Amino acid sequence: MSDLLERAERILESAHGDEELEVYVSTGVDTEVQAYQGQIEQLATASSSGIGIRILRDGVAGAQVGTAWAGSLDDEAVEEALREARDNVRFATEDEFIAFARPDGVAAVSLELTDDAVTTTPLDEKIAMAIELERMVRAGDSRIRQVDSANYSDYVAEAAIVSSTGIRASYARSGAYVSVEAIASDGSNDETGWGLSAGRAPGDLDIAKAANDAILRATRMLGSVKPASMKCTAVFDPRSAATLLAIIGGACSGEAVVRGRSFFANRIGEMVAASMFTLFDDPTDPRHFAASAFDGEGLACRRNVMIEGGQLKAFVYDTVSARRAGTSSTGSAVRGGIAGSPSAGCRALQLVPGDIDQAEIFRRVGHGVYVESLMGVHSGVNPISGDFSVGVTGLMIRDGQLAEPVREITVASTLQRMLLDIVHVGNDVEWLPGSAAGQTVAIEGIALSGS
Amino acid sequence: MQTTLVERDVLERVLGTAMERGGEFAEVFVEDRTTTSAVLDQRRIEELSSGRDRGAGIRVVVGDTTGFAHTADLSERGLLAAARSAASVARGGGGGVREVALGALADHPTRATTQPRDVDKAKKIELLLHADDVARTEGSSITQVQIGLGDSTRRFVVANSEGVFAADHQVRTRFNISCVASGDTGMQTGYRPIAGTRGFELLTMEAVEEAARGAARQAITKLDARPAPSGDLPVVLAGGSGGILFHEACGHGLEADAILKQASVYAGKVGQQVASSLVTLVDDGTVVGEWGYLALDDEGRPGARNVLIENGVLTDYMWDYLRARKEGRSSSGNGRRQSYQHLPMVRMTNTYLLAGDADADEIVAQTPRGVYVAQLGGGQVNTATGDFVFGMTSAFMIEDGKITSPLRDCNLIGNGPEVLQRVDAVATDFSMTPGTCGKDGQSVPVGTGQATMRLTGVTIGGAS
Repeated sequence: MSDLLERAERILESAHGDEELEVYVSTGVDTEVQAYQGQIEQLATASSSGIGIRILRDGVAGAQVGTAWAGSLDDEAVEEALREARDNVRFATEDEFIAFARPDGVAAVSLELTDDAVTTTPLDEKIAMAIELERMVRAGDSRIRQVDSANYSDYVAEAAIVSSTGIRASYARSGAYVSVEAIASDGSNDETGWGLSAGRAPGDLDIAKAANDAILRATRMLGSVKPASMKCTAVFDPRSAATLLAIIGGACSGEAVVRGRSFFANRIGEMVAASMFTLFDDPTDPRHFAASAFDGEGLACRRNVMIEGGQLKAFVYDTVSARRAGTSSTGSAVRGGIAGSPSAGCRALQLVPGDIDQAEIFRRVGHGVYVESLMGVHSGVNPISGDFSVGVTGLMIRDGQLAEPVREITVASTLQRMLLDIVHVGNDVEWLPGSAAGQTVAIEGIALSGS
Repeated sequence: MQTTLVERDVLERVLGTAMERGGEFAEVFVEDRTTTSAVLDQRRIEELSSGRDRGAGIRVVVGDTTGFAHTADLSERGLLAAARSAASVARGGGGGVREVALGALADHPTRATTQPRDVDKAKKIELLLHADDVARTEGSSITQVQIGLGDSTRRFVVANSEGVFAADHQVRTRFNISCVASGDTGMQTGYRPIAGTRGFELLTMEAVEEAARGAARQAITKLDARPAPSGDLPVVLAGGSGGILFHEACGHGLEADAILKQASVYAGKVGQQVASSLVTLVDDGTVVGEWGYLALDDEGRPGARNVLIENGVLTDYMWDYLRARKEGRSSSGNGRRQSYQHLPMVRMTNTYLLAGDADADEIVAQTPRGVYVAQLGGGQVNTATGDFVFGMTSAFMIEDGKITSPLRDCNLIGNGPEVLQRVDAVATDFSMTPGTCGKDGQSVPVGTGQATMRLTGVTIGGAS
């Protein structure tokens, strides 16, 4: 048993007889290096820990829950959190659907998501990676005028969840990343490009790929123009497609559905997307950076298919949203660290890949716009109404080939319409940090707004 | 509660240790933050939550390099360990532990009159339920109401090797309501925030009711919305949330970290005409009670009023300690951080456009065809290219000088330097809106403000 699980178990012993107690504890060790002009600009090292407490009490019309958290595992901080959570309970509305998770018999997969190399790699090697990344970008193309930041970061995180309802779960994960932003100039205008590489440990990182990606994305935008407004097919690159999938995944949250905040509500069984679109959430696939054996309530994560062949099949649930919907948890509780309570969400989204690559998609599309980055997703996408309007940069597609770069344009539609208007899904799966893997996706009938 | 979170002599020893390997500057930032939040959803108080976060962040600067470490262990032993860790970037330096002497503490008590800890939790819940009632009274199409109420009490002490030794006590309160209206055309949303660097006195019954009605009406109105147009049109921004335009279109580009890295379109343009002569832009941490108000920034520097653009001419950038040090000048009071776990950087406080002398209604009447934006949701900018977007969450067509049909949500897109030149009217009806600004993974509360104004052309990213 891990030390952290043991610590959580000891805290659990303080549960009073008339209450259920859930204890979530986490620890993390982080390193961040930022290089600039061949030197370390910033070096940050930190270890942190924290606790999230939930206390539940049964009342006449249902249960009440109160929560508290602290950014420390000191006895004093834990005591204070327990006290505050107990005080908070009595103010919650009694609700028949409120409950903590109980073991559901689904066995957790065994995942090895921690690579010790994150902790054993000397700091100097990590620093060297950030400096090398910056050097490669600067040296890689004479049009690169500046490297705003070249970063290396890694972490090892551990968490344990125990409850008086029988939950006992602990898990650990490591990650390492490099990322870089390049600024290219043609003398009159600047363009930017991001590159990144991610893995479980420093050795997984492909610095050259991150550097080349940033260089290519920045330099090929030089000379960009603002095209005239038109309706066209938009081909989203894997990174921007992953962003779209995360939004669609949000609408598949059983919690959004039971709260009346999903445009998928009451549409199970309907064709909501084109027939080549099959969307599933599978945290048990270790290739996902956010893979996890356990969900945010300590139940086993599992593979859930939400949209199959374009048909809306199912939503993902945590315990409370499942009870409201009259079903069972799908092991899909997510929580935003110690301060967040569990809610239903996707963490490892993926599309069933198509059978053509990106170049073939360009050929089949013929004319359209290739979207390489999105801007204003948080302000321009309304996940409740489905209204979609985002700023993009990218390149025009002409005669099946990439043509002139374009910027200061938006692409717009509604999420409902876009899902039905998908014409191609690529076979080029890219594993990305975040809650979704990406691949090239082409959507027709998009309103491109330019001059 | 003690006034200093850590005793002065301990801070002196920690700073001395942080400098032992040749550091040129060291700083200890000790923070103690308590927060509470309550969520009402579908008339249920889902939960009350309380949080406590306490710790210290220590940074050491040598040359152009910054070392940083943080710890939740506020004992002298814990602080010294973090100091040594932060100091490890100073390689090859030496000289041993330095003597650092701090003077008297410059303390800044909160101006909040009703402290969060003095408010009965039952009273907060009463307020939430009342707001829900008010929203639902607006119409039967309101199918969903969610309300959040939160407050934070943030006390910090910052001490550095240059003798800064100051404390601030920041109390912030926020209330936000979002409504969903459902009709034949699907679902639409409405949203209103109330937030200030104030205590519970911020949430008067009148303000809460107005927010609840506003959010509900916005959702209901949008049920009849048509898709927004696409392409270039004149845009009239209603007073208040339009300030986000300046936050995105030029605010971020005027932050000295972007300037010093030549990663902003505004680098090297001080003294030049960068905007229409109607534009006077100010960043002002001294507006008491506003969401971005601060007596002290997170480097111990007093909040200040800084004119960034005056009558269209770029006058100065915003500075934190580190960037100011490089240029041999002083900070403008814009060094902020999300928490003790983060390094400070250049951030805005309350950023606003000074009011003009036009009449708001006249501006609309003199716009034959365009878009009237009653509320902006948020935005994003690429400071290197100047391209920005911002989302309209409540907008209408202007036809023949009159506000007509509501429009569905969409983004506007533009280029900062170009759009600043297109301001051709600014009215007198100034107001401010609270927001959360994200930069490099750190969120801080900011205010934005402006009076009703018109842009001669912006690209509307609609679907029609």
